[in-house]
Formats: sequence, C-alpha cells, structure tokens
Amino acid sequence: MLADVWYVLLAGMLAVYVILDGFDLGAGMLHLFVAKTNAERNVVLRSIGPVWDGNEVWLLAAGGTMILAFPMLYARAFSGFYLPLMIVLWFLVFRALGIELRHHVDHPLWRQFWDVAFSLSSLLLTIFFGAALGNVVRGVAMNDAGVFFAPLWTNFRVDPEPGVLDWYTLIVALNATVAVAMHGATWIGWRATGDVQRRCGALLSPLWTATLVLTAVTTVATYFVQPQMGHNLQSTLTWWLAPGLAVAGLLGLRLFTRREQRRAAFFSSCAFLVGMLGSAAAAIFPFVLPARDATQGLTIAQAATEPYGLQVALYWWVPGVLLAIAYFTFNYRNLPKRLSATDSDLH
Amino acid sequence: MDALLAHRLQFAFTITYHYLFPQLTIGLGLLIVVLKTMGLRGDTVANEAARFWIKVFGLGFVLGVVTGIPLEFQFGTNWARFSEAAGGVIGQTLAMEGVFAFFLESSFLYLLLFGEKRLGPKLHWLSAVMVWLGSWLSGYFIVCTNAFMQHPVGHRVREDGVIVLESLGAFLTNPWAFAQYAHTMIGAAVTGAFVMAGIGAFYLLSGRHVPHAKKFLQVATITGALASLAAAFPTGDIQAKMVVEHQPVTFAAMEGHFETDEGVGLILIGQPNMETMTLDNPVVIPKVLSFMTHQRWDARIAGLTEFEPELWPDNIPLLYYAYHVMVGLGTIFIAIMAAAAFLLRGGRLFRARWLLWTLFLAIPFPFIANTAGWMTAELGRQPWLIHNLMRTADGYSDNVSSGNVLFTLLGFMGLYALLSLLFVSLALKIIGRGPSSTSESG
Repeated sequence: MLADVWYVLLAGMLAVYVILDGFDLGAGMLHLFVAKTNAERNVVLRSIGPVWDGNEVWLLAAGGTMILAFPMLYARAFSGFYLPLMIVLWFLVFRALGIELRHHVDHPLWRQFWDVAFSLSSLLLTIFFGAALGNVVRGVAMNDAGVFFAPLWTNFRVDPEPGVLDWYTLIVALNATVAVAMHGATWIGWRATGDVQRRCGALLSPLWTATLVLTAVTTVATYFVQPQMGHNLQSTLTWWLAPGLAVAGLLGLRLFTRREQRRAAFFSSCAFLVGMLGSAAAAIFPFVLPARDATQGLTIAQAATEPYGLQVALYWWVPGVLLAIAYFTFNYRNLPKRLSATDSDLH
Repeated sequence: MDALLAHRLQFAFTITYHYLFPQLTIGLGLLIVVLKTMGLRGDTVANEAARFWIKVFGLGFVLGVVTGIPLEFQFGTNWARFSEAAGGVIGQTLAMEGVFAFFLESSFLYLLLFGEKRLGPKLHWLSAVMVWLGSWLSGYFIVCTNAFMQHPVGHRVREDGVIVLESLGAFLTNPWAFAQYAHTMIGAAVTGAFVMAGIGAFYLLSGRHVPHAKKFLQVATITGALASLAAAFPTGDIQAKMVVEHQPVTFAAMEGHFETDEGVGLILIGQPNMETMTLDNPVVIPKVLSFMTHQRWDARIAGLTEFEPELWPDNIPLLYYAYHVMVGLGTIFIAIMAAAAFLLRGGRLFRARWLLWTLFLAIPFPFIANTAGWMTAELGRQPWLIHNLMRTADGYSDNVSSGNVLFTLLGFMGLYALLSLLFVSLALKIIGRGPSSTSESG
C-alpha cells in the first residue's frame, strides 16, 4: 500500500518533469525554425531561461526518489539501460551548455554553434526519452535473476530480446517527439509575440494532426506488443481517467488554438501529456518494470524498500516538494510576459 | 580490461573532475554573501566586486551541474549492486539533495545572475543567501551519503544481504558526517578564498581595477586565513581522530606506518616501499604522531602489518601520497594566508609584490589539496564500498561489461576535455574584462 503511494508520487514527479521540461525541450527543437534572427532567438531563450534548470531538477529529484523508494528498480533499470542513459547524459550536457554559454561571447558563429547544439540535443533527448518510455511499456528481456542489459538496437523487431530501439519504441519515440514539439509550440505561442508567435501558431495545426495520428498508431501497436496492458486498463474503470484526460487535452488543444486562447491551449497540452503518461503508468501497474515474458517483471512490491524507509521519507518529502512548488510558483509568476524581439533587455 | 577496474576508473575520473567546480562555487557562494552584505550596508565597491564574482560563480555552477548529473546516474548505471543493496538508506539523502537543495539553488540562481536590477538590493542579497544555502545543503546531503559508506550507522542488514534504514535520525546525524562536512566545506572556502585573493593579486600586480582588487584581497585573505587554519584545526584533527578510531588500517596506510610501535614519529617526506614494507628516504619528527592522535608522546599506534592484508587499502602508496599532499599543501596555505592577512594592516599587503605573486601563483593549489583530500577519503575506504559491510568488488554492475564502460569513459574524457577548454577560455574572458566594466545585465 505504502509502496503504491510512492509509485503514484514517482509517476507524478515524472509527469511534472515531462510537462515542465517538455516545453523547454519542445522550444529547443523548434528554436531554429520559429526564431530566425538573434533577437527572435533571444525571445525563445528568455521564455525558458529563468526556469529550464529548475524544470530539469524534477528529473534529478525523481531519480533520487526512485532510488529512495525503489532501489531495486533504480539498480536494474539504470544498469540495464546503461548505453542509452549515458548518451542521454551527454545530450543533457550539450543542452545546458547551449542555453547557458550562448551569451558569454558576442559573436555570430559562437551563437550559431550553440543554437544548433541546443536544438539538436533537445531533439535527440526527446527521442531517447520517448524510446525509454516505449521500452518500459514493451518490457525488457530479463534473465532468471531479473537482471538485463539492453543493446542499443538488434534487428529492430520486437523479439524476446529486443534492443532499446525497435520498431515499436521508435513509434513511441516519434509520438513523444511530435507531442513535445507541439507542447513547446503552445508555450512559446503563449509567451512570445510577433513573428515568433505567428510561426508557432502555424506549426500547431500540423503538429496536432501528427500527434493525433501517432497516438492512435501507438495505442494500436501497444495492444499487439503487450496485450496485457489493455487488459490492465479495462479491468478497473478508474484507470480510464488517464486516457480520458489525454483525449480531452488533445480536443481542448484544438479548440483553444482555434480561439487563440493560448494559455488554455498550453494547459490542454499539459493535460494531454499527463494523460498519456498516466495511461502508461496505469497500464504497467502492478509492475514498475515489465519483462517481455509476462510471467516475469519487477513489481512495485518487489522493488520497494522496507515500510520504515517509505514511511519516514513521506514526512520530509511532502513538505520538501511543497516548498519546491512554492519556489516554482514564485518564479513562474515573475516570468517576463509577452516577450518581444524588439526589447532591448536581453535577459 | 577488468570490469571492476573500468567501473572504478570511470567513477573516479568523473567525480574528480566534477569536484573541481563545486569546491569553487561552494567557497565563492560564501564569499559572495559576504560581499553582498557589505554592499547592502553601502559599500559600492563590494557590490561591484560581488557582481564580478557572481559571473565566475555562474560559469562554475553550469559546469558543476552538467558534470554532477552523471554522478547521480552512475549510482544506478555502474554501481547497481551497491544501489540495490543500500539504496533504501542512501536514497534518503540523494532524494533530499534533489528536493531540498537542487530546487532551491536552481530557483534562485537565475535571479542571482540576472535579477539585480529587477529585484533591488535586498531581494538580490536574499537570492545570494538562498543559492549559498542551497549549495551548502547539497554538500551536507552528499557528504552524509559518503559518511554512511565510511562509517555506516542507522541501518540493519537483512538476511538476504540488503541494507535497510532503521533510523533516519541516526543516519542523518552520523558523527562521521559532521566531521567530514565541516572539513569539506572549510576546504571549499579555502579554494574560494585563494581564487578571489589570487585574482585580486593579479589585478594589483598589473595595476588594473585597483579598488576592487583591494576589496577582493581584504575579504579573501581574512576568510582564507580563518579557513586554512580551521581546515587543519579543529576540522582536520577531528577527522583524523575518527579515522584512527574507526579505520585504523586506513590510518596506518595513510601515514605510511608499517610496524606497530610506541612513540611513533610524524612522517613529512618519504616513499612507501611495498616490497620491503618500509619507508624509503624518510624525514620524520620523532614521537609527534603518537602525541597528535592520543595526546601522549609514547602512545602505541597499530601498524599495517598488524592487520590482515585483505583488509588493506588496495593502493597504499597513492593513498599515502594523496594524504601527504593534502596535509603539506594545507600547512603552506596557513603560512601564505596568515602572512597576507597580517600584512593587510596598513595596506602593506598591497605593496608586497612577492606576496601578491605568491597569492596569484597559488590559485591551482587548493584545487589539488581538495582533490587529494577526497582521494584520501575514497582510497582509504578501500577495499570497502561500505566500510565492513560491502566490498567494492561486490558493488559494481556486473551486467555492464568493461568494453561498454570503456566506451563511455572515453566519451566522458573527450567531453570533459571540451568542457575544460570552454571553462578556461570563458573564465579568462570574464577575468580579462574585470569588475569595473561589468554591467549587471551581462
């Protein structure tokens, strides 16, 4: 029971990570396309500059929370996904440098280099995060001891021993990439003005259609790849809440974009992402790390540490996260509004 | 290549490189708070000095963040059997670091870097305090994690070998953690002080930014003298006594003390010879080690040969050198900073070119001393990953082969070479521009 609470908290942290870092990853992907001049690029960067680092901390804090509550999951998943995680680390480095070092040297080539580094690493990170989600849903090839080591790719089929990248995880990765790009476009569209805002608005419609199609494809593919997932979702009516939220978010996004209610469009996009992640979390329950073989896999109960640790951590974790939410609220309320490429203040 | 060696090399390389940056920002964070506080009381030069150091801090912080994330990941990727066995304990502090320290730092860093105009003096001062607080909190959580590995408390070992938390209070108030934390933070303050004093000396020697340079020297030499002293006494002394009490094998190896004896001398210089189990070319002060550890001139200290060789740290000469480099440099730091702080009176320091040169050239050495200190702690902990509970050889991820680790180790080396180039060139650019020409919006 206590372990289930931590499962929900961990999934919640990851969901917050995805909606927060999601918009700055999406902004990164679109950076080169929606902002052409240096002044316009500064608009995109200023819309995420004060918050991106804090957004990324949700990933680190979720990592800490995972080792705290589910040490076995942390150990098995991180060592099993060794290569993709190391590659993720390198992209995280480049992305941070791209945002933070760009303003140190006033030279167009310097800026161009970091703009491309920032954009590419945002794109590749999202692809890997999407593939990671695909891997968890599809299940991994555990040995009898419950340990695995996933190669980056094998033959791209969903075999009993698949690679990190196969046709299924690539579909999920593509779905994630399009959805996160759309999320980024709703953010910049809300915070920026002028040409940057207009270009984001023009991208939203094709991104929305692509997200809709790919989400449908992912859903069908998931039924083929992991049939028991659908079973989990059907068994309890409450689990339909998350898929329902995703559908409502997607419809809302369309509606509010048409009405040019940009704030509501952004929050609809958040609802869609939370709904999708919630669906995945509900579908793999009671596993934290499913195996290809449905009789194996790591369950919440197996992976969790002892009740004392889970109990005592709640006493500091809850106030700590509430405090973090207070900092975030303060920072987001103080973000510059309606950023324009004609502002002189670069920060 | 042996997989264990590959995993150890990668962690050693990435953590050694990483800690070059936090020791700078932990130290500078404190000094910036001092300067901002002086600025708040109307000292304009101090506020401009703070503005300059905030830029250096911001650059160091970025490098610290991007090289720090791989360390949290590596607990799981490279040390999976350790994480699986002990994650229920050390996960508490690792998660606390994220929840209490990283959120705090990241939320106020941007305000500190770019918010001075918008926030006004009081709130900007508060941002400096919050970022400093965040970095010092972060230090406690990570040192507390390490302290559990050095001296495990608050836990219980289950029959299946899993180490679980029994008392969060005992784990968080580990006496080893208090001693190690004080020593580590003081060490970082020494680094911050030497960097600030060294840059101040450089400006004075080259006759640029003179009022700011004097302010740097004034704040940094006083802080540096206090911190250099405190690094030796009481914090280093307390730390050494804990090693004597709880890790006697490590203490013997650190000191290069092979045979159990009474009235043991303090070794200043010498090369451990593992074939003959003696010290070559020793320079020793008689009986001092016995006195320092037990306050008795003839106290008995156990030598290495008293213990089973499988309990010995696996690289005794390196451990010995790391320890002696730290202690030797620490002693020199006290001399330099005490002289500089003494000559501050009447401004004699500002005319003492020999000492300004010394301060300028001393900049790299506290980084070496702090690194050597951590090498002492970590090599001294061997062969244990968690002292007396889990051997390093039983903690690495045995599902990750040495070839894969070598691939990522080489990747980190290439990436960090690039980071070094970037850091050095951008830091030189900030220093070249200097404090007076800095505008707050950057």
